[in-house]
Amino acid sequence: MSRRRFLDESGVLIGLAVVALIFGALIGPQFFRAANVELMARQTVIVCVAALGMTMVIVAGGIDLSVGSIVSLSTVAVALLLRDGVSPLVAALGAIGAGAVCGMVNGLLITQLRVVPFIVTLGTMLLVRGAAKGLADERRVEAPLTWLNDLLRTARDGGHLLPWGIWLTLALAVVVSVTLRYTRFGRHLFAIGSNERTARLCGVRVNLVKLAVYTSSAALAALAGVMEYSKLSVGDPTVAVGLELDVIAAVIIGGGSLLGGRGSVVGTMAGAAIMAVIQIGCSQQGLPNWVQQIVTGTIIVAAVALDRWRAGRP
Amino acid sequence: MNAAPRFEMRGVRKAFGATVALDGVSLAVRPGEVCALVGQNGAGKSTLMAILSGALTPDAGEMRLEGAPYAPRQPLDARRAGVAMIYQELSLAPHLSVSENIVLGVEPVRTGLLGPLGLVRRGAARATASRALEELGRHDIAPDATVGDLSPAQQQLVEIARALASGCRVLVLDEPTSSLAHDDVRKLFELIGRLKRQGQAVVYISHFIEEVKEVSDRFVVLRDGQNAGEGVTAATPAQEIVNLMVGRGVGGLYPRSARRAGEPLLTVDAVSPSEREGFSRASFELHRGEILGIAGLLGAGRTRLLRAIFGLEPVASGRIKLGVFSGAAAPHERWRQGMGMLSEDRGGEGLARGLSVADNLTATRLSGLGPGFLVLPSRQDAAAARWIQRLGIRSAGPRQTVGELSGGNQQKVAVARLLHHDVDVLVLDEPTRGIDVASKAQIYELMDQLVSGSHPKAVLLVSSYLPELLGVCDRIAVMSRGRLGPARPVSEWNEHSLLMEASGARAS
Repeated sequence: MSRRRFLDESGVLIGLAVVALIFGALIGPQFFRAANVELMARQTVIVCVAALGMTMVIVAGGIDLSVGSIVSLSTVAVALLLRDGVSPLVAALGAIGAGAVCGMVNGLLITQLRVVPFIVTLGTMLLVRGAAKGLADERRVEAPLTWLNDLLRTARDGGHLLPWGIWLTLALAVVVSVTLRYTRFGRHLFAIGSNERTARLCGVRVNLVKLAVYTSSAALAALAGVMEYSKLSVGDPTVAVGLELDVIAAVIIGGGSLLGGRGSVVGTMAGAAIMAVIQIGCSQQGLPNWVQQIVTGTIIVAAVALDRWRAGRP
Repeated sequence: MNAAPRFEMRGVRKAFGATVALDGVSLAVRPGEVCALVGQNGAGKSTLMAILSGALTPDAGEMRLEGAPYAPRQPLDARRAGVAMIYQELSLAPHLSVSENIVLGVEPVRTGLLGPLGLVRRGAARATASRALEELGRHDIAPDATVGDLSPAQQQLVEIARALASGCRVLVLDEPTSSLAHDDVRKLFELIGRLKRQGQAVVYISHFIEEVKEVSDRFVVLRDGQNAGEGVTAATPAQEIVNLMVGRGVGGLYPRSARRAGEPLLTVDAVSPSEREGFSRASFELHRGEILGIAGLLGAGRTRLLRAIFGLEPVASGRIKLGVFSGAAAPHERWRQGMGMLSEDRGGEGLARGLSVADNLTATRLSGLGPGFLVLPSRQDAAAARWIQRLGIRSAGPRQTVGELSGGNQQKVAVARLLHHDVDVLVLDEPTRGIDVASKAQIYELMDQLVSGSHPKAVLLVSSYLPELLGVCDRIAVMSRGRLGPARPVSEWNEHSLLMEASGARAS
């Protein structure tokens, strides 16, 4: 890997280490106990899954504000399908499919109407949220318990150490990371994000690639929604309001640029981890929520400022 | 003209790391004088002007403005001292009005009790703007017009008016004609004459010797960061100025190996990008083993035609045949059919400046750089390294960001993309715009190699630089106001006839 990329990713990893060590020093060694680390992983896994898709979108120079709404739609879809007696796997796939359709709508509006992604997804954010509330009759949707509820449950007896949902997330992270770095689709995303006109000149089918990236992003958001359902055990159309901002923050802390052309999965995961460590660390230290928000906000601005400062030096 | 100089730079030196950009350069301009500053890219013109305008501080040397020591620490200092720069890329706020732009930063504000509020005296602002425009003799630009709605030439005038309104004494024009049409260039020259009579000291930077001959009183040549010569423009033949710039004779710039035209690779039959916008139907054939040039003035529609052929813009009518393929096609299909295009807009379209040399170079042909749909960076780098070596691209390696390379080397990366893809038909739109002479020579040589040899390719070349067209092409067609004339052998053309045809003076 190039020196540049190594620096990009090392920065956020060092940041993660520093934040973890600070809370470790404040709270004591129990902060690093396996159970605590797992707690943090469970806390952040939903943001992480959605952020995998967002990383691809942001690398391609776009943005997707509708992911929070898609998460809530997905919880409602899973609950409704389960209530109708569908098998859990089909219910999950159905929810992911519904999310993918939302993403396809995003992609079509962006490429065909040539409206900027910020506006389109701001619109679909409300649209999808409304659809979720309509489907759920503005109520929580109760559904029978299935193995879907165990996705994020700690497996004390099993030999797989971590909950299935976390293994799934790690596997997806590897897939998305390889896609971004080592596939034609991934290189095309970087090309579009860096300079869309160049990409077009070079024969990249820009509209098709954009459609694909918004669809995948929304499908991943819907998978995050399945995990949210697993945590809640009900379909909730009011859940995950503002989640998209946490997701975007994870990508940005991880070195992604809103101008496009930059971003990595390792960085994004570390960015999400930083926010989780702060969240759990603050609450275990007994610090109130407002302190946690101030710290997170500072980290976001500091991460980008540090990045600019570093970019200014060859 | 023996007045004391308005400003004077002596023994100016500036190094960036190990690279010495300026090595003891001197420049002096008197009031009421237009001094042309000429030299190739990388000769040090931009660095010298950056120092004059306070954007850079010199390592050594002395500067004086009307006899007093002058050492700007930042651009604002230079502006306050009365040194104004008009750059190639205009620096106006497109959403604001003409008068708002002209007084930007020096807005007249209300004084007295409301002073601290910084309320702009709109009437006074308008008056200042009108006065400045009047000084330029241009009443056709309304002070209330929105700058974004004006033509590039009018925008440039607004920028000059802004310089005058801020009370400038030294005016630097950096390649001011690069985005202007023929008529506007003439008007600009009239304006420069007017400023001269008003006693301004004008520095005029240009690549075009004809312009320098027409507009300047004196010229100063920079070469490799040093003064290479100067003189009175009227008394010096153009060829001599060019020789000073190049440092050697310019003969042999255009190599020409034995070429033999083969079968037609590209047939364009009555194609119009848009007849409503005044594009007549264009027809031509491009054969294997030849370079076909399209000459014309800026805005004649040459780029539109190329882009329509390549599929970047729609084709309204006509037929295109490329090898065995017929009909219009999208860019990704064109690449697959064996046609590649080099954009005239290197920074905006040709290259993704934030990506690496390897990514840019291999963007069109990632297949074969790994198993299946995978792309292995090591293979990408190996492919790029081969072209870096073949074309002598000066870079730190395949992973260096393209934006960090010099203009000439960036262009070589853009050209290498077509070579890496190994296309049969190369569509080159202004391939040598804004690059240094050494890189130009290399690109000419490359084009010659491509169309000669055992398996020749075909090149379609659009250029605004006539000597270049006459030097490298086998046939040339002229496009004028959306109409493409017939292609004739290069021997039947000369600069004069090309220009006549391009300006529509010999409409047939």
